[in-house]
Amino acid sequence: MVGREGAEVVLRLDGITKRFGPLVANNAISFDLKKGEVIALLGENGAGKTTLMNILFGHYTADEGAVEVFGQPLPPGHPRAALAAGVGMVHQHFTLADNMTVLENILLGTGSLLSNRLNARAAKAKVQKLSADFGLSVHPDAKVGTLSVGERQRVEILKALYRDARILILDEPTAVLTPQETTALFDTLRKAVALGLSIIFISHKLNEVMAISSRVLVLRHGKLVGEVATSDTDRHKLAEMMVGAEITAPKLAERAPGAALMTLSGIRTAPRGNAPGLAGVDLTLRAGQIIGLAGVSGNGQSALADLIGGLEVPTSGQMELHPARSGDWSPRAALAAGIARIPEDRHKTGTVADFSLTENAVLESYENAPYSRKGWMDWSAAEGFARKIIETYDVRCPGPGAAIRLLSGGNMQKLILGRALEAGPKIILANQPVRGLDIGAVTFVHNRLIAARDAGAAVLLISEDLDEVMALSDVIHVIYEGHLSPAFPRGSKTPAELGVWMAGQGFEGGADAA
Amino acid sequence: MDLLDILLSATFWAAVIRIASPLIFATLGELICERAGVLNLGIEGIMVIGAFAGWMAVYLGTGLWVGVGVAMLAGMLFGLLHATLTVPFGLSQHVVGLGVTLLATATASFAYRLSLPEVTSPPKITPFQPWEIPVLSDIPLLGPALFSQTALTYLAFILVIVVSLILYRTPLGLALRAAGENPASVEAQGLSVTAIRMGAVIVGSGLMAIGGAFLTMSAFSSFFFEMVNGRGWICIALVVFGAWRPGKALLGALLFAGFDALQVRLQQTPMGAVVPYQVFLMVPYVLSILALILMSRRAEVPAALMVPFNKGER
Repeated sequence: MVGREGAEVVLRLDGITKRFGPLVANNAISFDLKKGEVIALLGENGAGKTTLMNILFGHYTADEGAVEVFGQPLPPGHPRAALAAGVGMVHQHFTLADNMTVLENILLGTGSLLSNRLNARAAKAKVQKLSADFGLSVHPDAKVGTLSVGERQRVEILKALYRDARILILDEPTAVLTPQETTALFDTLRKAVALGLSIIFISHKLNEVMAISSRVLVLRHGKLVGEVATSDTDRHKLAEMMVGAEITAPKLAERAPGAALMTLSGIRTAPRGNAPGLAGVDLTLRAGQIIGLAGVSGNGQSALADLIGGLEVPTSGQMELHPARSGDWSPRAALAAGIARIPEDRHKTGTVADFSLTENAVLESYENAPYSRKGWMDWSAAEGFARKIIETYDVRCPGPGAAIRLLSGGNMQKLILGRALEAGPKIILANQPVRGLDIGAVTFVHNRLIAARDAGAAVLLISEDLDEVMALSDVIHVIYEGHLSPAFPRGSKTPAELGVWMAGQGFEGGADAA
Repeated sequence: MDLLDILLSATFWAAVIRIASPLIFATLGELICERAGVLNLGIEGIMVIGAFAGWMAVYLGTGLWVGVGVAMLAGMLFGLLHATLTVPFGLSQHVVGLGVTLLATATASFAYRLSLPEVTSPPKITPFQPWEIPVLSDIPLLGPALFSQTALTYLAFILVIVVSLILYRTPLGLALRAAGENPASVEAQGLSVTAIRMGAVIVGSGLMAIGGAFLTMSAFSSFFFEMVNGRGWICIALVVFGAWRPGKALLGALLFAGFDALQVRLQQTPMGAVVPYQVFLMVPYVLSILALILMSRRAEVPAALMVPFNKGER
């Protein structure tokens, strides 16, 4: 796919600059897209990839620069103009109306608003043909609200194809997909390219960029810092271009595990909706040890996390803390026992969006000195704590008084990490601690967890990313349907062997017994 | 007269249809606004201004239909104000709506006092007269109830069908519903959310004003303060009751009107001599609240109702 030097240029960006207040989101970015190629736009969160594409599609207006499509200048600021010129965009956050059918969503805005009739029958035939041609199976009359995430994405792609888009922009399309859905998406994209479409693929996942693109453009802090043919590079080089520094994998020094801090024996919890509860779990968390919990999402990870975090009480089984504590098990009791939590969903349960960094920093400790005395908050002490976290954990933010929703996911997570670790916890519950973070932030979080382990904390790392579990854990358990596998010491199993356990094989009586 | 006699009398059913008519106009108006994502709490005041403007125009010598047009224009003007503040400026729809209601109500009072400074009782106009539809109006019971109404009532029922067709069978209706469900979908398909939402609020407000004008130009023949008397708020409840669908909302309007017509007649029965009349007045509201609670439990609220849309916000 490389070396399409002679191919027609279908899209040209020339010196695009966009500022949001003092922040330069895009700094004089120029590049060409040729017919029938896939270029990957690679960059960390906040590098300016989405902003650039939103300018191209007309959601934003650039402060400087121009866009040309098929040799014609594209009027800025109008999605209608971009659509008419043959540019289609698959947004990261789907732009679909849930209460309408697939067909209605595709038809929206395609004809004159004042025509007296929806030409639904002809449209349906066209949608069905496109579905078949591109391998995008989805029922045209299904309500969008009932579709899975993967199906919704197919609707988004169909929307663009229905309008005869020649250039497809996909913004982080795989972020919400399962591996199988990602494979299907790539098949669709290859078919589109074979039919002469050109594609811009936005991602921060290196293996996907390597798999699908012919050329990679790397954005960092709003600037285009590199452009390489995919065949001339590899994941490691791309990662370094993206971060702008050498990347070192986390190193886990050998360390003998310490005393048991928490012992679970025969724990069962109630099932929740479709997800199973714990079905007789035995687990011991030891000082100075990272226990990794691998497994496909929805196999009881949340139940285990909520149990240890104090949100859930077992229906049967023994739960012992060392040294022992009495009283009811609750989030407050968990905090008092020195359990620090990094919750799975940092927006919903980790932070309060409209609260300031200071307020979020003391969410778990506001009742205690020095943040409150005799029932009165001491905000200067709280702010001091927030400042300490901001400095120690390199949280990039306007200041401790800013609302936390203004922060990127990575910086939000660093604040949560700081809040958890600064309390000097004995046990750290890290549930999906790096989900959605870019490489720099991932490395940071991992190194901090390892440092906490080296300092004698017990860490329970729950992750759907097997690579992460294998890189970080002293001991690995696989969770399946609420059952835990035996403990596998570090390095004793290959990813393929663990994958078999994740699929339910090997549990007592096989998958069916579980 | 007992309950059975009431339910079998043509005048009762004629009253139900008549009482429902203004509610139908205004409910359709509110429904259009909300389907596009804008809660229009200006409805109560817009009905007052419609009642006043239509009546005053006819009093000053225009024809009845011109009066209806004037009422609608007055409503659209206040709709424009509401839409400007809530859509491009994205202000709180609650605050703006209540403000529009206060402003429109006060404007009507002010204009009334200004134009008729010396009057103690408001002058009467000649309102719309019942228009008996040949043949159909001769059907026993049904004929006098349904087919001996004024032209405005017929218009109300026709509008239910028209609004349904537009909402569900045209590209415009599709865009309108999408704007209330996920405005980003409208934007991403190259349409203007602002234009669609503003248009919906302006047209919807026009319909609310016609609902008000029905009171002075068809149901009664004169303008009184307090004559709208909370009908606007009832219409907001009827939209919820109707689960944001015109047909179901019509059903709700008829139900409410039915209870209202019933309570007046029940007051004249032997029971009315014993039970205080306030209890009867309460009946339609209590029953409406009950119906609302039962019906709205599974209603699908437009997902982007009351959520302002700012293009290019991050």
